[in-house]
Amino acid sequence: MRVILSILVLIVICLGIVSSLHRIPFGNPETKIGKYCINKGREETGAANIVTSVVVNYRGFDTLGEVTILFLAAIGLGSILTSMSKWSQRKTEPASLILKTGCRFLLPLILLFGAYIFIHGHLSPGGGFQGGAIIASAFLLIYLTFHGKGMNETGSKVTESSSGLIFILLGLIGLAVGNHYFLSNFLPKGQLNDLFSAGIIPLIYIAIGLKVGSELAKVIYNLMEKS
Amino acid sequence: MIIVVSLLIVFMLIAAIAAIFFRDLLNAVIAACMVSLIAAILFYFLHAPDVAMAEASIGAALVAAIFIIAIRRTQRHEE
Amino acid sequence: MEFLADYIYYIGAFGLIIIGLLIVLVKHNLIKVIIGLSILDTGINLFLISVGYLKNGTAPIFSRTDLEPGNMVDPVPQALVLTAIVIGVAILALALSLAVKLYKHYGTLDLRKIKEQRW
Repeated sequence: MRVILSILVLIVICLGIVSSLHRIPFGNPETKIGKYCINKGREETGAANIVTSVVVNYRGFDTLGEVTILFLAAIGLGSILTSMSKWSQRKTEPASLILKTGCRFLLPLILLFGAYIFIHGHLSPGGGFQGGAIIASAFLLIYLTFHGKGMNETGSKVTESSSGLIFILLGLIGLAVGNHYFLSNFLPKGQLNDLFSAGIIPLIYIAIGLKVGSELAKVIYNLMEKS
Repeated sequence: MIIVVSLLIVFMLIAAIAAIFFRDLLNAVIAACMVSLIAAILFYFLHAPDVAMAEASIGAALVAAIFIIAIRRTQRHEE
Repeated sequence: MEFLADYIYYIGAFGLIIIGLLIVLVKHNLIKVIIGLSILDTGINLFLISVGYLKNGTAPIFSRTDLEPGNMVDPVPQALVLTAIVIGVAILALALSLAVKLYKHYGTLDLRKIKEQRW
């Protein structure tokens, strides 16, 4: 009964979508704000990556909301799973030789790669969220090899909180100095395709990258250890 | 070029349909991971390299890891 | 062939949305429902990016200084989809933690059996 009803609802939704698809042409977007961002993006922000300048400069407040949602989800997960079930102290067999050797070789390379991606966010495809996810996968590798002894709880807490504070402080300094609105660009713009260019965009992406990386690592640690 | 894109999309839809019919939850998670990976390739064909990187690292690696950890804490087979 | 070139991305994206909705409505194992949510998320992101595509365009990055800005795809949907992907993974993590706690309390993950045990 439930199956038949849900299939009928889905057929109605499908017909409604198909009948309105003719008004969305494929390959001819008629946008005005996209053209404005592409034409004026280089002079106003100084970043070579237009998507980065849209995410951090033109719509920086949305990025602050997204960081808040990620922070709330990590707090919610940490407060729902409360009791330690001593999962890591069960009699599990130690990791094999391939895993230990691979972890020792690959870990600095993965961390370096993640840091490269979020530092060069304004010059090439990349940014804070992608680099943060790569750093979190490096911590997943540590957890699979050493079963919870490789995670420093105090260090990750301090990194996450201070990175979030740095993001908000940069926005508030832009309110006081510069153009007098939140998250305005008050540092000099420099030359195009240079590493130290585009104002506060690299600093914001470094803060976001460290915050997202330590947050996702803490989520994985909580899900493995507690119950 | 269109042939390659069409084949990839058909494969993505087959993997999504297979996620309905698997009874072992680990197989269903691997099918959903395959959907995410082919979507990352399609994002590259649509000239969006930032989004392709984000989908490949977050959707195909971290989501699969979180699902497998959650399946380990609960049961493995759907009744 | 013309029909295929124009609409193949839309068919793929809407196919994923319909399959994701089907899993959420029909299945009664909690982890399967959450897998359906993840597929639904991927379908919506694919649709948003395929709306902003320009035929024979390039990526919106000025890696060399002689690229002309008239031939680039739309950068605004890409920024929005970047936000949407991260929010999707945050919601998935919270939903799975609730599923783990529910299994510890009730002993089963079947939604019909959990609905029967009131209080």
